[in-house]
Amino acid sequence: MRKIALALMTSVFLIGCNNDDDTQPAVVEVSVDFTFTQNWDGDPIENSDFDIPQYTNENGEMMSISKLVYLISDVTFISLSTGVTYDAGDYNLINVRDQTNLTFTPDIEIPEGDYIVSFTFGFDDEDNQDGIYQDLNSADGGWNVPMMLGGGYHYMRLEGKFIDDTGSLENYAYHTIRAADTSTDPVTLQDTSFEVGLGQITIGSSTNIEVQMNVAEWFKNPNTWDLNVLSTVLMPNFDAQIMMFENGSTFSNSQGAFSLGSVTQ
Amino acid sequence: MKRSLAYIFICGLMFVSCADDQDDNVNGYTATPLELEIPPLFAEKILPPVIPEDNPQTVEGVALGRKLFFDKKLSADNTLACAGCHSQANAFTDPRQFSIGIDGIAGTRNSMPLFNVAWNYNELFFWDGRATSVENQALAPVTDPIEMHNTWSQVATTLQSDARYPVMFEDAFGTQSIDSVLVTKAIAQFIRTLISGNSKFDRYLAGTEELSPSELSGLNIFLDENRGDCFHCHGNPNNPLWTDNIFHNNGLDEFHEDRGRGGVTGDPREFGTFKTPSLRNLEYTAPYMHDGRFATIDEVINHYSEGLVYSETIDPLMKKVDEGGVGLTPEEKADLKAFLLTLSDPEFISNPDFQDPN
Repeated sequence: MRKIALALMTSVFLIGCNNDDDTQPAVVEVSVDFTFTQNWDGDPIENSDFDIPQYTNENGEMMSISKLVYLISDVTFISLSTGVTYDAGDYNLINVRDQTNLTFTPDIEIPEGDYIVSFTFGFDDEDNQDGIYQDLNSADGGWNVPMMLGGGYHYMRLEGKFIDDTGSLENYAYHTIRAADTSTDPVTLQDTSFEVGLGQITIGSSTNIEVQMNVAEWFKNPNTWDLNVLSTVLMPNFDAQIMMFENGSTFSNSQGAFSLGSVTQ
Repeated sequence: MKRSLAYIFICGLMFVSCADDQDDNVNGYTATPLELEIPPLFAEKILPPVIPEDNPQTVEGVALGRKLFFDKKLSADNTLACAGCHSQANAFTDPRQFSIGIDGIAGTRNSMPLFNVAWNYNELFFWDGRATSVENQALAPVTDPIEMHNTWSQVATTLQSDARYPVMFEDAFGTQSIDSVLVTKAIAQFIRTLISGNSKFDRYLAGTEELSPSELSGLNIFLDENRGDCFHCHGNPNNPLWTDNIFHNNGLDEFHEDRGRGGVTGDPREFGTFKTPSLRNLEYTAPYMHDGRFATIDEVINHYSEGLVYSETIDPLMKKVDEGGVGLTPEEKADLKAFLLTLSDPEFISNPDFQDPN
């Protein structure tokens, strides 16, 4: 018993004294905060904007937003001075209406300096494994995608109503997932997550990076989205998922839904 | 001398590390800790249950809560217990459309079933989410004039004069002084033990039981966005709760006499929205919907298939509303029902640990 006590004492002191004599200059490592904001062609989207038909999409339909929840992952920093890549490897599920997870600090600390910063919209195939994330299985009744569509997780749930060609108010559910072609056996899957580049950013001791999502872009470019044709049952629609990918990303030099906002130090 | 100092230091460390920072009981009293029996599928798939720091599960607390749950002394005339409207045979809901209070007055909503409530992560309870914890949920019925119609001071007096309760409260919370806080804490502890996780579908996922072709077909309909699309609100095989615990307008009415969640928040965008109930144990929890309007599972399926009614706050996930719904075939309806019945957990409704101890 005495030996155990003394061993414990020793380890406590060793931990406490570790690196006191280190002659190398200490490298300051910092965490980086992200803030996610959303807008419709520049107009901020707040909780009070939900469920109000006030947005006109590129195709001309008046529409509302009832729900906007989306997943980002793999925030990555590539050091301009050393070339080292720092990948936090974690993810963040943002619920705009509930105002949850609008700020996110990836679980990684990096040396101060200049970096090329990016993240992934959704999960890439490496991360998009079925049912392995307890928090996502628990979120929103299950953020999962049914196995008949290849499993994994949703990237985004964007829902609301629009005024159709007949003047009626109709529902839409613009859900983005990994594209799945169920006409083949086995199901053909295509990774439709995409990297969002934020460009060069100087990371200091308290850097906050704003990431903006322009929701209008999902309906705009390069595919002008016609909600009269594509409003619901979009998850099993392979072609629709490809079009969503094209509109959200910078595919074909389109602007994409995401952009860098303000960076504060 | 040095050894003595070392031991003092070690002892100090141990006291610091072993201090029970969850202990919120009177005079530092701690009852016997009790771990919830978490089904393996729950432990694997979803986040841990929510246990408030100021009301940890204990053997004595659960025993007391169980006794209180079944005790009619909580009502003003000693005729109605919690179990009077939350029957185990019905997965702790009421088979009547509306429960009847001690004065013979009926409520306006169907009693909600009680199971797996510790996994309600947003901690909003009742159909409209007006209660913000299990403890808070247990507080309301005692004083509700159309339920137990009692006062908490009267309840405390009644229980205080009982031969057994003061001792049980002492064992559970370290005090014989009974009040509403401790009564609801004890009841909440018992309610959190009402865990259902052994249905045929749970065993199918565990690989110990097969589903029939009809049940498998029903699962596919449930998960098919083009047919049932039930999963966006009621979960999927990776979420054994079978509810999102979120509020939706599922197309029941054109106008909302009962504003549901909107009645609590005052937000017109939430008028007519009600919490998604779990589909687990559906077989035992009739009638259905917040007002118990549907007597059978078939009626529920028919509602989503061809009975949807448009209103301003209808959830965007409701499809083909102008046609009344997705229009399932009779065979699809039968298969969907067959799947839903695999979510029944007969062990839960006969578990002796959940029965009247009085």
